[in-house]
Amino acid sequence: MFGLLANPFKLKEKGIMGMNKRNGHYIGRYNKRCLYPLVDNKLKTKIIAQDAKVTTPALIGVISSQAEVSKVGEMIKGHPGFVIKPAKGSGGKGILVITKVEHDRYYKPNGAEETHEDFERHVSNILAGLFSLGGAQDVAVIEALIEFDTAFDGFSYEGVPDVRVIVFKGFPVMAMMRLSTTDSDGKANLHQGAVGVGIDIGTGKALHAVQFGDPVTHHPDTGRALNELVVPQWDTLIRLAASCYEMSGLGYLGTDMVLDRDKGPMLLELNARPGLAIQVANGAGLLPRLKLVESLGEKKMTPEQRIEFAFKHFSSTPTL
Amino acid sequence: MASKTPFYILVTLLFVTGLALTIQRHVAFEVPMTPGVKRTVWSVDAKIEFFANGSAVKASLATPISQPGFTLLHQNAASPGYGLNFVQKDNMPRAEWTIREAAGTQELFYKVQLLEDDNTELTGLAAVPAVTPPEWVEPYGTAAEQLTLDVTQRSADAFSYTRELLKQFANNNLSQNAELLLNSEPDRSQLVVKLLNQANISARVVGGLKLEDGRRRQPLNAFVQVYEGEQWLLFDAKTGKEANRESLLLWEQTDSSLLDLEGGYNSLVTFSMIKQEQPALMAVKEKLSSQDLLNFSIQSLPIEEQALFKGILLIPIGVLVVVLMRVIVGLKTSGTFMPVLIAMAFIQTSLLTGLVGFILVVGTGLIIRSYLSRLNLLLVSRISAVIIMVILMIGLFSVISYKVGLSEGLKITFFPMIILSWTIERMSVLWEEEGAKEVLRQGGGSLLVAVLAYLAMNNDYVRHITFNFLGVQLIIMSLVLLLGSYTGYRLLELYRFKSMAEK
Repeated sequence: MFGLLANPFKLKEKGIMGMNKRNGHYIGRYNKRCLYPLVDNKLKTKIIAQDAKVTTPALIGVISSQAEVSKVGEMIKGHPGFVIKPAKGSGGKGILVITKVEHDRYYKPNGAEETHEDFERHVSNILAGLFSLGGAQDVAVIEALIEFDTAFDGFSYEGVPDVRVIVFKGFPVMAMMRLSTTDSDGKANLHQGAVGVGIDIGTGKALHAVQFGDPVTHHPDTGRALNELVVPQWDTLIRLAASCYEMSGLGYLGTDMVLDRDKGPMLLELNARPGLAIQVANGAGLLPRLKLVESLGEKKMTPEQRIEFAFKHFSSTPTL
Repeated sequence: MASKTPFYILVTLLFVTGLALTIQRHVAFEVPMTPGVKRTVWSVDAKIEFFANGSAVKASLATPISQPGFTLLHQNAASPGYGLNFVQKDNMPRAEWTIREAAGTQELFYKVQLLEDDNTELTGLAAVPAVTPPEWVEPYGTAAEQLTLDVTQRSADAFSYTRELLKQFANNNLSQNAELLLNSEPDRSQLVVKLLNQANISARVVGGLKLEDGRRRQPLNAFVQVYEGEQWLLFDAKTGKEANRESLLLWEQTDSSLLDLEGGYNSLVTFSMIKQEQPALMAVKEKLSSQDLLNFSIQSLPIEEQALFKGILLIPIGVLVVVLMRVIVGLKTSGTFMPVLIAMAFIQTSLLTGLVGFILVVGTGLIIRSYLSRLNLLLVSRISAVIIMVILMIGLFSVISYKVGLSEGLKITFFPMIILSWTIERMSVLWEEEGAKEVLRQGGGSLLVAVLAYLAMNNDYVRHITFNFLGVQLIIMSLVLLLGSYTGYRLLELYRFKSMAEK
């Protein structure tokens, strides 16, 4: 029995945070319930992000009623690629990506063709709440396509490589990248088999990587050595992540960032209940870092000071 | 950061109050802590409902007496504004309510406590009924005579005569004479008594009540009591067999009516009952009707409500199990308290039948639901369709199991259908989003928690404690609050983060 389970005192010593601690001590205490809609609705997130001058993928248009569905064609005219997504979608459901438009013909990343009718049906489904939590009625958001940075070529299979940064009271405390694999079917969920790579807060370099909870050193599909992974423009990215605290007001926050080839780091979405897998990916516990931030008390610090503090205290050495 | 002190004071206060109430009840009222050394006491409520004319009302209800199997401990009656007397009529007790003026719907209650007892002698039983030769009009007289002759030839004594006579009335093999006679007297029991009298056998119709824990609004059943000298046996004219006397209370043992009512109409008498385990000594002593404020217990409620509370008071136990499993172990369940409701259904159905039924309904539901999901319906109508589907499936499974002779299968109707429908809906969405593995994990987790909750709730000791000690609810409350502030690791996290502890 004890062979299967970890010694709880050892876990505590390592500062690993459990679900009860996260819910009771951090989310319950630092995230006000009334702020949740800001992050659960991608359109609202986008609006507050624009107000706060946080870069997000460009908004092409919003469809909020069935009568507007026929306008989809007009909206997307002239855009080389775009993404249609539900504002309240969860777990990446209902996201339609078009990477190429040629002579009124639309192609998905895998080369399959989509017709106008296909779009309109997809948008209708989004409006009816097919992809949203609990089936609530929703609006469809159309965004410009993100041109992924080539820095990540070979590190991901099919899916979108994104960077998750946990921001606690405005301090970026821990970061990871999720690389999709054939096991995860192109999805970025660690429990489905994506590779989680802990990223150093100070440098943006890979620290440690796991798949299914076990350490790995190379991407299982492409074979690229993960210790070569460095997130470019890390400084900008981490500043952007940290500024999400002021923008959302949430004390314990997960920020999902992507890197655009031309426009640099962008905010993809926010999460008020970020998971615990980031600890496994980093091979380190969150608690010592969270406690360090808490020990600062209510001292007023500028975003610049907070980032300096994070660089100084939350950097670590790679084990890859 | 708010101080945690008031919280701990509240928890301690709840715990101490709960404990104090429990101990007080144990000491002052001698309610035992264990269901051990005890005797079974049945509390039976008779509820009389009628519509009063607006004039004087006199209602007289036959009341039970001590008899083989049951000793009468205590009786009382509740009826605001009515005068009440316990009287003897034809040597049998009756409760009589009187009022000068009453109009509209009236409710009268009579409550009796009976100690289950196998040693009771045939005391206080009414005298052997006199044989009154029946008078028939033709053609019934001839039919009765023929039947009597026929049966006499094939029998030796009063009891074998009764058995042979009842054979003539067997449902699937009704003899011609019997069929004819039923036209003159549609009440089978009365007819059988008449025919027994014809053969010079003493018999009467008595009213019996089958005692089953937690039953509500039960009617009295008619039985035929047949005498051979001082000995008697009970027969059920409907089944044609000797009545099963186990937990059968003879409520009314003379030919007189159950209820005599003057000044009212549309009367109805129904019975509710619950079983309580009490120490023999206390069973005799306790005044359950005591209006003492300190005797704050469920036992001061009418039996009908008590029976209801027996189930309700168990829910916190199930809830506690769910909290433990989620917070301490970290099991995922689909729907937070769905397992408790499933466990409540298991109590009604028995565990194995419940498990098989649940898996059958949810499994079939998932298959049909996967078709519905292809239709892209809106949520509300989709769930509604699932609810109707669940009801149809339950109907179908009941009919099939009944046809193949599995009466256990009928218990499937105890499942809460709306909950089943939501379970199917959630599982189905989960299947599409996360795959079958996650469905099995959450479904299995829910069932495991439901089974554990069932085991906890169905435990005799737990049932005894929750029903007899209301203070326990406060203790559970304090535990639940305490668990709510637990921020340590869950058991499954020790497994999840195992690799990290070893570095």
